[in-house]
Amino acid sequence: MPLVYCGACSHAPGITARADRADTQTREALESAFGRMGDEIRATKPDALVVIAAEHFANFFMNNMPAFAMGMADSYEGPIEDEAFLRIKRTTVPGNKALSKRLIERVMQTVDVAYAEEWKFDHGISVPLHFLTPDYDLPIIPANINCQGPPLAPLARAWAFGEALRAAADSVPERIALIGTGGISHWPATPDSGKINQDWDQEFLRRWTANDREALLSYTDAETYRDAGQGGFEIRTFIAAAAAAKGAKGTVQFCEPVPVFAVSCTIARMAVAA
Amino acid sequence: MSLYQVQKLIYELNRDPRTRERFSAGRDAMLAEYQLTDEEKGALIKPDIGLLYVLGVNGQLLMHFAALHRIEWPDYLERMRQGLKDHGAVREGVYAATGYEGVEAHDARLKSEREKR
Repeated sequence: MPLVYCGACSHAPGITARADRADTQTREALESAFGRMGDEIRATKPDALVVIAAEHFANFFMNNMPAFAMGMADSYEGPIEDEAFLRIKRTTVPGNKALSKRLIERVMQTVDVAYAEEWKFDHGISVPLHFLTPDYDLPIIPANINCQGPPLAPLARAWAFGEALRAAADSVPERIALIGTGGISHWPATPDSGKINQDWDQEFLRRWTANDREALLSYTDAETYRDAGQGGFEIRTFIAAAAAAKGAKGTVQFCEPVPVFAVSCTIARMAVAA
Repeated sequence: MSLYQVQKLIYELNRDPRTRERFSAGRDAMLAEYQLTDEEKGALIKPDIGLLYVLGVNGQLLMHFAALHRIEWPDYLERMRQGLKDHGAVREGVYAATGYEGVEAHDARLKSEREKR
């Protein structure tokens, strides 16, 4: 069944952890944008949601770091972070091992993805799910791109991973939705947390909504680090989602810089035909 | 320098309650399992967030290590800033400070830009 939904959103832990420190109006606007995204995903009646995230040492470390990984379990626990810090209650989220396996086998035709029968969600997945599927009633297929421990996979490989996920989603009878989660420019967990390069974000999103492969893949990591911070390496998740949209164009449904959340909070969708 | 070893211990403490129990029960024995300099050991025990930051510990590890020690967010940021003052620039990794006006000034600037629109 062709992919039924494709989108991208922020996952910054500040969105929940420091919710009360943001301007109320901005926070409420962001939360309703997340709510609408959840409604739109549900409207496509998905059987599972693939979440391409950039995890932060919840599972993978530099002793054995996969460039790309996918979860293959019937359930996942998260968030791994201190509940009082993230302000999201730890819970068990449903997965679908058999479906994961079929998707992974297909992805492996073109991308050497690692699989994981254990996977703890961190804010990269738990923050979006907190808003998108607050009842945790939709099976999640977690996917990860290493954006933390360089050397990182080249952007062209992130694109290839997105393409492979799309081919896999299209090859199964289930209705698959897919989102990429991450920051655009940001300097999280540094003394510069809150710094945002708005112009860079706008330009990136212009390329993303146009689904301009060449322009999206033209950033070097040195440029990204200089202009968008080490957090900018997470554009890989957005790029994979763009590739999964298979040429469809996108719309930015919400994008506001929120310094206390350390990122331009973004909700965007690709117009894949459902 | 053994930043990898420092980060590995933090990673394991962050994600595994049993490792934390082991650490509090037999700290020195556990530290001996990692190849650490005295400076690194001292920073881990204290914990000296500012020094760990300067040593190059990835922020996604350090932020949660700080939270584990009940260090509130603004205090975490302040300790990193103090670390830069005490120990100089970040020595390794990709979490170096690059200069920022600060959240309050940034918010004020965004607000005035919004009002102009």
